[in-house]
Amino acid sequence: MSATSAAETTEATGTPLARLVAARRAAYRADVVTDDPPQLTRGSASRRLTDQVARVVMWASFGLAMVPLVWILGTVVARGYELLLASSWWTLSQRNINAADVGGGAVHAIQGTLIQAAVTAAISVPLGIFTAIHLVEYGRGRLARAVSFMVDILSGVPSIVAALFIYAVWVTTFGFQRIGFAVCLSLVLLMIPVVVRSTEEMLKLVPNGLREGSYALGVPKWITITRIVLPTAFSGIVTGVMLGLARVMGETAPLLILGPYTKSIATNLFDGYMPTLPTMINQDRTEIGLDSAMERMWATALTLILIVLALNLIGRWAARRSSVRR
Amino acid sequence: MSATTTPPELTEPAGSSWTNTVTAPRRGGDRWFGLASHGAGVAVVALVTLVGVFLVSQAIPALSKNEANFLTSREWSVGGDNPRFGIMELLWTTTTASIIAMAIAVPIGVCVALFITEYAPQWLRRPAATLVDLLAAVPSIVYGLWGLIIFRPVVRPLEDWLSTRLGWLPLFAPTGITGGTIMFIGVVLAIMILPIVTAISREVFAQTPTTHKEGALALGATRWEMIRTAVLPFGKPGVISAAMLALGRALGETIAVTFIVSTLAAGSDWTWSMLSGGETFASRIANNAAEFDSPQKTGAFIAAGLVLFILTFVVNAVARVVIERRKAFTE
Repeated sequence: MSATSAAETTEATGTPLARLVAARRAAYRADVVTDDPPQLTRGSASRRLTDQVARVVMWASFGLAMVPLVWILGTVVARGYELLLASSWWTLSQRNINAADVGGGAVHAIQGTLIQAAVTAAISVPLGIFTAIHLVEYGRGRLARAVSFMVDILSGVPSIVAALFIYAVWVTTFGFQRIGFAVCLSLVLLMIPVVVRSTEEMLKLVPNGLREGSYALGVPKWITITRIVLPTAFSGIVTGVMLGLARVMGETAPLLILGPYTKSIATNLFDGYMPTLPTMINQDRTEIGLDSAMERMWATALTLILIVLALNLIGRWAARRSSVRR
Repeated sequence: MSATTTPPELTEPAGSSWTNTVTAPRRGGDRWFGLASHGAGVAVVALVTLVGVFLVSQAIPALSKNEANFLTSREWSVGGDNPRFGIMELLWTTTTASIIAMAIAVPIGVCVALFITEYAPQWLRRPAATLVDLLAAVPSIVYGLWGLIIFRPVVRPLEDWLSTRLGWLPLFAPTGITGGTIMFIGVVLAIMILPIVTAISREVFAQTPTTHKEGALALGATRWEMIRTAVLPFGKPGVISAAMLALGRALGETIAVTFIVSTLAAGSDWTWSMLSGGETFASRIANNAAEFDSPQKTGAFIAAGLVLFILTFVVNAVARVVIERRKAFTE
């Protein structure tokens, strides 16, 4: 203000009109330069009230939603962590251990879950990625629309229906035994849509310029896809696979129908029963009155959560390293 | 967005010999690769078709022997020479529990998603979003376990209160069943699908164009008005698909429901009460997996599974149509 005050005082000595203009100008400057922001109308009371109500509702629902979710995680950790601290949990099976006994481990179930998940991924990842390539790179016309629709349907198929389908094929039609591989087949049905959808999203994000540049250099389409498009989208595809695996590992319905539990270590997918973490929980549920079974159940649940969360964290870590983003 | 770009076909100029110096790339690989991706697409279509075909073909023999009305009967005896089974009770429990779950989880889930994207202080946003995403991955068996052991004793007084105070309403008529009621199943399912609804809605809301939001605020909208006019319309298709995915999960949820459900005695009276017990499709099938010893028995359970499949099929197809139609307005 001090820089302009000299000019204002000289102006103020002129005609009345000049004095008026100077006064208005000074008032205007004072108004603009003032530290307070201009006062806008703040809306009617009812609009402000609605806004406040909405704010309260949002905070309240966040609080309400967090209560059971944190409660669940807290319960599982608090009740299950003790058994996990013992090294036997990670090295022994439940063989020759009665439901009422304390001891033994979960290594048989952990192995079973991991083996089944690995085989499921080995089947559904190539199938899912090729389907996504079909939708994005080749997809035109009726077949692509049908595939897209069917993937949607498949992503809505309940796990128990997938299990019944495999039972109808595997056991009723072909007369095979209920073995680990049959479980894998029904899990494949559940994993394919997850892999297809996430891969499709990632492939769409790969800039077309990369493809066109490759074609301009005379590179065939399939090499363009395998050397340019897929590596660009790689980490995103890994994320999708990890999320799919995490979902598949926790599925219990196919195991109830196709994969009975056993207490011993079993690594053969094609012969005999194969124990898994969900069926181990289900087994101990039948003995829920026993403290030992109860404790084992929570510990198994915690183990399952830890494995699933680890896969999720790997997937998110891969997503953060991604070269293409939304 | 379509990313289909086919490489331009190069044609050799007449009389030139440039192919002698530039080796033409081999296109044989192209054909195989195209066939493989085509084949994968066909395989997926075939797979879903097979699911339908197999379920129908194995359900029909059992259905033709059924001496009760499959759609309206509440009986379920599948063995012997005179099987009588119907899905009335299963359908009622499944849909009622799922509707309760949706009625609780969708509004709260959308609000939590809005909270994380629009209201939460910056330091809280990332951790809250991560927590919700991780909870969405927690296996349903854990929700069942927690519901059975921890949550059921907590809800029981509430159920007693409802049945004594509101018992004159048919919906809350007392039935003598405590724990494992339809309402309880609905609440546990709601808790289970809440992270799913929240995670998907949050992702959609986060993609609202900043210009839309700033435009609304610049016109003098309050924060809630900005959400109503900019964020919600933009996110509607995503919220609908999240809700439908969650509904599909609730309808087909097996193990959590199997853990907490109270089975009704055969021949018990029909009641509209949500404080009654009853099994869902999935829990009936899972509870009786040991009974799959004859094609007739298996066929009866497969018929129940088929109805569940059709139910989820319809839900998904409707969601797809709704989303496609909304897209035309938002894009």
